[in-house]
Amino acid sequence: MRVKRIAKKTPELPESPEKVDLTLLDPLIEKYRNKNGITIPVLQGAQDIYGYIPREVFLRLSEELDLELSDLYGVATFYSQFRLAPVGKMIIKVCHGTACHVQNAGAITDALQEALKVEDGETTEDGLFTLESVACLGCCSLAPVMMIGDETFGKLTGNNAVKIIKELRLKEKN
Amino acid sequence: MGKTKVIVGLGSCGVAAGAGKVYEKIKALKDAENLDFELGKTSCVGMCYREPLVEIIDDSGNFLYGDIDGDKAVELINKHVNNNNPVKEYVVVTDLYDTPDRKYLDGQVKIALRNCGMIDPEKIGDYESRDGYAAVRKIVENKIPPENVIKEVMDSGLRGRGGGGFPTGLKWNFANKNQSGKKYIICNADEGDPGAFMDRSLLEGDPHSVLEGMIIAGYAVKANEGIIYCRAEYPLALKRLAIAIEQAEENGYLGDNIFGLKGFDFRIIIKEGAGAFVCGEETALIASVEGKRGMPRKRPPFPAESGLWKMPSNINNVETLANIPWIINNGASSYAKYGTENSKGTKVFALAGKINHGGLVEVPMGITIKDVIFKLGGGIPGGKRFKAVQLGGPSGGCIPEYLSDTIVDFDSVTATGAIMGSGGMVVMDETTCMVDVAKFFLDFTGKESCGKCTFCRIGTKRMLEILTRITEGEGEKEDVEKLEELASQIIDSSLCGLGQTAPNPVLTTLKYFRDEYEAHISQKKCPSLTCKKLLTYEVNRDNCTGCTVCAKNCPVDAIEGERKEVHFIKQDICIRCGVCYNKCKFEAITLS
Repeated sequence: MRVKRIAKKTPELPESPEKVDLTLLDPLIEKYRNKNGITIPVLQGAQDIYGYIPREVFLRLSEELDLELSDLYGVATFYSQFRLAPVGKMIIKVCHGTACHVQNAGAITDALQEALKVEDGETTEDGLFTLESVACLGCCSLAPVMMIGDETFGKLTGNNAVKIIKELRLKEKN
Repeated sequence: MGKTKVIVGLGSCGVAAGAGKVYEKIKALKDAENLDFELGKTSCVGMCYREPLVEIIDDSGNFLYGDIDGDKAVELINKHVNNNNPVKEYVVVTDLYDTPDRKYLDGQVKIALRNCGMIDPEKIGDYESRDGYAAVRKIVENKIPPENVIKEVMDSGLRGRGGGGFPTGLKWNFANKNQSGKKYIICNADEGDPGAFMDRSLLEGDPHSVLEGMIIAGYAVKANEGIIYCRAEYPLALKRLAIAIEQAEENGYLGDNIFGLKGFDFRIIIKEGAGAFVCGEETALIASVEGKRGMPRKRPPFPAESGLWKMPSNINNVETLANIPWIINNGASSYAKYGTENSKGTKVFALAGKINHGGLVEVPMGITIKDVIFKLGGGIPGGKRFKAVQLGGPSGGCIPEYLSDTIVDFDSVTATGAIMGSGGMVVMDETTCMVDVAKFFLDFTGKESCGKCTFCRIGTKRMLEILTRITEGEGEKEDVEKLEELASQIIDSSLCGLGQTAPNPVLTTLKYFRDEYEAHISQKKCPSLTCKKLLTYEVNRDNCTGCTVCAKNCPVDAIEGERKEVHFIKQDICIRCGVCYNKCKFEAITLS
């Protein structure tokens, strides 16, 4: 399932909230210079660096790698992996694959939305969590599941999903 | 006496269940007490419902232990490894005596999954010791010409396992006939169907078999470049593929002059997908590899004539490729021995949903759906009634209980209105609402539509709106007719498989569960109590303790009652959000 993009917050390439250090892109640009079919890996590389793709990065990549800005933006908005706005420190991916759906994954998202006070796709005020719905994480027999960072949590209920978040938040504060 | 081996299953689902921690715990114990046993890793054996799994092999036999956590792992080491005293109550399967879980394995024939859970996927030696790369060696040493390799694959009857079911040998033949200089072999590992995870499991558990399949395909169609297009959501599969490619290069299975055969050059690179379901369609996949938006294009020309960079390209699915080495090693007839007339061999299914034994099973084609769900899958949990099984993901459909004697092969499944697809089998019981399931899939395909064809882009959205209306109690009499009309238009007017099959979940549920649609529309009721807006929430007088939790949490103050007295819900205010039902600790809120 596509990550729901909140249109009102990202009408076009948004202005980046912080100064972006463009020199971090140098190795990436060197690696892909004069190569074919690089749009996706370049954007993936850039997102690995910044956590999202800032406006300035689009401009520099377009210039240095001789890629049309419209192509870059087109690709970035086509694939659900790419983000145009900064995300929280931890991304909560709640699985909404078929198996999770029939095991009531909706209740997990509902409970998390209530606990975090965000809608699907948004980031919490303290910048700690971003809540996302994803298609299938491929752990269908543990449904319903969510993934935070590299860790997957299975056989969830609304209550224990919230508990996991609370524990993470506590850990973060200490 | 051999050294005792302790092997932990570390596939994605095992790790999700906590296998990583089990491994660390055993390792720490081994190091701390300097214990004398061999600690190893493997991947998924398919018994996801028993994860984390730990296998202990000693002189007395093999013991597979299930549902292991850190404490149980310590117990296993102390009792079994140190004192030769197997812990019977955790044993899932052993070769010494019969266990209930053995049924899960006995009904299976493992060809594609032959090594999954048996080898350490990060060690090429493990693969080599189980006939790994023997098929490539056989081809080179016996100087089997490419045309004969293709004939062997054709004779085996192998059909594409990604969903289309196109005969693999025939596909290879087209690519082989093309005289162009540069050709590509592409492995489609963009497993996007929600509810299917066999490709992930194969890539994690036995990446070399996929590489070997690609090398053989490369030889057969005279291509020397391979690309694996794998979705980024599978980090472990990507990691293990990268390791496997490196090892295969070191051992000379990839590179120039493979097995000393001059001109037999083959290299493989990985391309990471970026999250678009439509990229499972071959022309969209090619566009994506070229770095464009993944939009399908008209065929012909087929990729075998003009594919990646306009060069002939042969695209096969992961599971298809994993079958190839086995077919070359054991012969086409051994493979064709399994299956039905038009669907030979075995198929891997991912069992999930309302089922006791969720996981991966590989069964011969021709087995009935009932056998898969009840004999292997162990039936429905909680004594509930089996209602339907969803086959083929968003392009497939729901097969009702009364058709569960349907055999699984390409033709029989298609006859029901569903499709074989990549093999996801999501089981549904009496508590699953079929209108809601149809809505779920429409929501998915609508979001994943690339937007090229109007009917797919807008039609799925209109269908979703109608379905949403129905599940919210706003359904109108004409809605069923409208759905059918829209469905046929979308099927007729969409370019690629995504649009052409998007209405299937709606059409099959309409065909087999029309009464549920009727109940939603005319009686404003959801028979399986799923659609929230159609439910009535009431307080069960016997269970209510008057704790006031429901009243405090009700967002619209629809619940009244004094502390320690039975509460009641004012139906005219209730918005049917379900908060009270979720919050009540005494099961005092009932649904009807």
